[in-house]
Amino acid sequence: MPAGSQPAFPMRRSLFRKNLVTALLLAPAALWLVVFLVLPFVAIAIFSVGERAPEGGYQAALTFAQYANLPARATAFWNTMVLAPVGALACLLVAYPVAYYLALRAPDRWRLILLALIVIPFWTSLLMRTYAWMYILGGRGIPALLAYVGIEDLRLINTPGAVLLGIVYGYLPLMILPIYVSLERLDRRLLEASADLGATPVSTFLGVTLRLSLPGVMTGFSLVMILLLGEYLIPTLLGGGKVFFIGNALVDLFLQSRNWPFGSAIAITLVLVSVVVLIVANRISTRLSGARRVDLI
Amino acid sequence: MTAVPDIEFRAVTKRYGAVTAVSGIDLAIPPSAFVALLGPSGCGKTTCLRMIGGFEQPSEGQVLIRGRDMAGTPPYRRPVNMVFQQYALFPHLDVEENISYGLRQARPRLSSREISQRAGEALSMVQLAGYGRRKIHELSGGQQQRVALARALVNKPAVLLLDEPLAALDKKLRTDMQIELQNLQREIGITFVLVTHDQEEALSMSDFVCVMNGGRVVQLGQPSEIYDEPADLFVADFVGKTNLLSGTVAGLSGDLVDVALADGTVIAARKRVPLSRGEAVSVSLRPESLSLSAPGGGSLKGIVRNRIFLGSTAEYAIEVQGIGSLLAKADHVIGQGNLFQPGEPVAIGFAAGAPLAFPHANNNGTNQREDQNAEILS
Ligand SMILES: Nc1ncnc2c1ncn2[C@@H]1O[C@H](COP(=O)(O)OP(=O)(O)OP(=O)(O)O)[C@@H](O)[C@H]1O
Ligand SMILES: [Mg+2]
Repeated sequence: MPAGSQPAFPMRRSLFRKNLVTALLLAPAALWLVVFLVLPFVAIAIFSVGERAPEGGYQAALTFAQYANLPARATAFWNTMVLAPVGALACLLVAYPVAYYLALRAPDRWRLILLALIVIPFWTSLLMRTYAWMYILGGRGIPALLAYVGIEDLRLINTPGAVLLGIVYGYLPLMILPIYVSLERLDRRLLEASADLGATPVSTFLGVTLRLSLPGVMTGFSLVMILLLGEYLIPTLLGGGKVFFIGNALVDLFLQSRNWPFGSAIAITLVLVSVVVLIVANRISTRLSGARRVDLI
Repeated sequence: MTAVPDIEFRAVTKRYGAVTAVSGIDLAIPPSAFVALLGPSGCGKTTCLRMIGGFEQPSEGQVLIRGRDMAGTPPYRRPVNMVFQQYALFPHLDVEENISYGLRQARPRLSSREISQRAGEALSMVQLAGYGRRKIHELSGGQQQRVALARALVNKPAVLLLDEPLAALDKKLRTDMQIELQNLQREIGITFVLVTHDQEEALSMSDFVCVMNGGRVVQLGQPSEIYDEPADLFVADFVGKTNLLSGTVAGLSGDLVDVALADGTVIAARKRVPLSRGEAVSVSLRPESLSLSAPGGGSLKGIVRNRIFLGSTAEYAIEVQGIGSLLAKADHVIGQGNLFQPGEPVAIGFAAGAPLAFPHANNNGTNQREDQNAEILS
């Protein structure tokens, strides 16, 4: 190739232009993230090492007293840490068969309709739908019906079971969709190949179908689990005062007792837990799906 | 062929809704043979293979494997294995795990020592020793092909089914794999059923060719038989190149018929089915059965329109007045080669017994392969 400065210049220029386009394309999202995610996060991080002002709110300081005080909300943490994974798991157990049916068994012309039916409830606010459950489970709902047939004094509302039900109901689509996508993408010939090699339907399901849909399962699971870590509405409406979540603790601390620094410390801890959940989930699905990288969410 | 056939179809029909993919096939595939299912796209080859594998159930009739009716037997209980068209290797397993997949399904369970030993043997059989720990996506297309082959053969099936296994490979690799497949089949001695729409591949690789068309089997025979004695016009046309000349039966004399061609020339042709005087026929004349000489002798006269010199042979497109363009193929002997030039008049002769007459309704008076031949030489 003949030496010369000629080729280098246009190349650098086009590279620059490419970078500029990339930057412009990314700018709106980046701006959004900085204003609505990074800045609030920094503020919360600063709050969390401060002190509560005498009349409530924040007062500058540098202390880890708020973090040391975390055990005061141990129950909320405990409830959240138990119900979030249990809720996500319950969601998964209900969602997998549905996603499996939709992706592999449903007749073609029904598939879109069924998918729509799963997504449509999302168009109504979760608040409304959870209120509906409040009535269904409340004294004048199912217990009243059961009283007719002689089953008296059944308490459904304000129990952990009611919260679990609300969680499964509210988050089901978020679990179904990623699993559906991973099953839909599954090459059907792999299932035939497995059968051809002598695998019974059960071993084909365990060895191929389930295995190859695990990235979708992990995505759904971590998505639901992280949202559940910050859940506030369902425990409030269906759990009464009894099933107290971190989300409820945060509302209480920020809005009622106005202890912003303590609330911030709890929030930061919650974020860290979420990040750990994400990293672990990502690790697992990367390993499960072979060497290839998997992007969660 | 007195032994029990490895695969037998008895009046098998397969319908998909209104589409009849396979209609009334009777077929016995002899044991320990390399058999090619050959036919144009959509003729039902894959459907036949999938009925043997158990992925489709015949709408009517029976499929037997080694004499046993397979109705109601699911794929995982059939003594056959399949090499899928796009290989269908498990992406989450490495090469060795893919190959040992079938062995792990065996009941009673095989010891892990036996599994890894047999997987190792299968790997060396397809010349992939040392590749066991590779991921599937780290293999080339040809290597994936071999893994698919090993994964099927390691189970010691009674019959190996291959659905266009070489279609995705480039020409050089395909030729190598054709030879390798043939060698493997001879070594192992089980029946291979290979689906292909490439007639050259079918002729070169197999002991028997089963030609299919429109959901039916038109001919089952050895490659030379298929080529030399095609059962009907479709086979003559589909397998190998040929010239098809339209004419009418002018006279009958024993095994032969005299056919009057469009230009009035009468040639003697062999027949495969009874023909009657006056019947419209197509006469198949293979390009290599035509001999060219200087004007004077021969049965037909024409003018060379085009020539392709291929080294050992030369192909000519020859314009024959009233008949159309004929394709001729002549051997080329070094030193003796006086190639005919385009524009030169030639006489065309052929050996007695080379022309084959088939009943044909669509008599338009010219070489029906004209377009195709012109295409080949343009
Ligand atoms: N699942 C199906 N549903 C409906 N029709 C089908 C189905 N499978 C095959 N067919 C039809 O049956 C006929 C035979 O198909 P088949 O796949 O056996 O052809 P083929 O000989 O393998 O063709 P190709 O060489 O293109 O693979 C075709 O007309 C095809 O459209
Ligand atoms: Mg096919």
